[in-house]
Amino acid sequence: MVKRLVLLGFVLGLLPASAWSQLRIEIVDGVEGAMPIAVAPFAWDSSEPEPATGVAEIISANLRRSGLFDPMAERDMIDRPTRPPEVRFGTWRLLRVDHVVVGRVTDGEDGWGQEIEYHLLDVHTGRILLSQALPVAPGDLRFGAHRVSDAVYEALIGIPGAFATRIAYVVVTGLGTGEEVFELVVADADGHNPQTIVRNTQPILSPAWSPDGRRLAYVSFATGRSNVIVQDLFTGQMRTVSSERGINGAPAWSPDGRELAVSLSRGGSPDIWVIDVDGEARPRQLTHHWSINTEAAWSHDGRHIYFTSDRAGRPQIYRMDRSGDNVTRITNEGRYNARPSLANDDRFLAVVYSDGDNDFRIAIHDRETERLRVLSDGRLDESPSFAPNGSMVLYAARQQGRGVLAAVSADGRVRQRLVVSEGDVREPAWSPIIR
Amino acid sequence: MNTVMRFAALVMMAALVAACAREVTPEPAPPEPTPPPAPERPVETDRLDPRDFTDARNLDNPDSLLSQRVIYFEFDRSNVRAQFRPIVDAHAAYLRGNPSARVILEGHTDERGSREYNLGLGERRGNSVYEILRASNVPSRQIEVVSYGEERPVCRESNEDCWQRNRRTEIVYTAR
Repeated sequence: MVKRLVLLGFVLGLLPASAWSQLRIEIVDGVEGAMPIAVAPFAWDSSEPEPATGVAEIISANLRRSGLFDPMAERDMIDRPTRPPEVRFGTWRLLRVDHVVVGRVTDGEDGWGQEIEYHLLDVHTGRILLSQALPVAPGDLRFGAHRVSDAVYEALIGIPGAFATRIAYVVVTGLGTGEEVFELVVADADGHNPQTIVRNTQPILSPAWSPDGRRLAYVSFATGRSNVIVQDLFTGQMRTVSSERGINGAPAWSPDGRELAVSLSRGGSPDIWVIDVDGEARPRQLTHHWSINTEAAWSHDGRHIYFTSDRAGRPQIYRMDRSGDNVTRITNEGRYNARPSLANDDRFLAVVYSDGDNDFRIAIHDRETERLRVLSDGRLDESPSFAPNGSMVLYAARQQGRGVLAAVSADGRVRQRLVVSEGDVREPAWSPIIR
Repeated sequence: MNTVMRFAALVMMAALVAACAREVTPEPAPPEPTPPPAPERPVETDRLDPRDFTDARNLDNPDSLLSQRVIYFEFDRSNVRAQFRPIVDAHAAYLRGNPSARVILEGHTDERGSREYNLGLGERRGNSVYEILRASNVPSRQIEVVSYGEERPVCRESNEDCWQRNRRTEIVYTAR
């Protein structure tokens, strides 16, 4: 039922995305020794018309994009099994495949939607590692394929996949014409189904997903001043949650989804405040400092807030209790560390890092080893956003004068570029896992 | 989700866009201000004195400092350099002499570093000009600071020439 809501929201919701706002994902670097796997074309036993892109094709593309798998091309397959008894393990062993996925799509029970039945088999042992029948809402087959990808990924890698997720980003067209158009777009993590959430002639930045993936908070200059807006993705309803004098920026949801940390300069310089999303409790001011304090990120348990501050002269990452007490400096390496994004129970912080004034890169600070590792190689990289499973970092970069998105695996080995056909794309935010 | 609500949202958005239509900012001057006009030019009663900083016509007079409305900053700095001080002082005189005039001080940064941090940096640049205006006895109700950070560059290339044109505070008159 939740999925049906998602669908309705996106079908009825707001404005269709412009043709140019769809991301195209290019794989720049993969991993040596990625796991060979074959996802055989799924049988189509549904009364619905068969889509041009099959479920197996979507799963293969997802697994390839992760960099950890080397899926076999369909044309190289000798067999097209769709059920476990049809899998001839010897053949697949000769093709040097470790795992095979087979399945079929049928009409859903009671005639509602469809069902994806699939099985993951180990070619060497002949064992079935995973079998599931997954109901999908009408028109939601792609997202169903993403869920299958997540399950296969988890069964073989040991951590949940992040394919059944969405990304939010800002596309800017008309740059330099004096008639820029800013669009906040939400798409599936593979770039498909882009939907424009809001379109404006004034800047939009800092989209942040609510923990349930239902709402986005972002900063809009629609009134000529910065405001923090919360928008419901199902109903399209927009609410201004902060419009104080001065800066209203950098929204970050608390893990329970009830509060937003924001950066407000009503006191003369930006400080971190916490506001009640429903506007019931009074705002609480957490930092009281003449410096810039912004870009809050909550710890996974909601007890701490990480943020950027230049109280020591240059921006660095600090952490404080959710009360604002016990401010501790976290980063020490490099002249510039900003915009933290957290993963793996706060062990890893992805940041914008610079050791000079000219090259800004994405780095991961490991809180256990206190080491900083530079992951990207651009000159103007910014806005890191971890995948909810911590496997990849999505960020904004510039390439030949254009804004593009890039993704890099947390170990730096897998690289992708995500481009739109026209304009700049920036300010990516990876959603939580959508249940 | 109903159509009425979506229509209402669209109408609201249109109203917002209309509401934020404002005076178009003139093309930014190169970062060096022109020297103040030569002193002791005989003033005729029907001629415009470019040094009369209370006369609204000088806002559009290229010979007057009042026509200059952009203050440029060094990298990562927000102090108003001495060569830009006469421009700020001219606008202070105008605002004092025209109590119904209103300005927005738009603070901007170059593209380097993180966007939200740059919002803070842009605000500092707006505040520096604000402080000078206040010290010159301009009432606070005539001035507002809005930071755009790196969101509204005037120059789009990634080099120092461009960056220095983007690190700026624009004095935007919303009422003359």
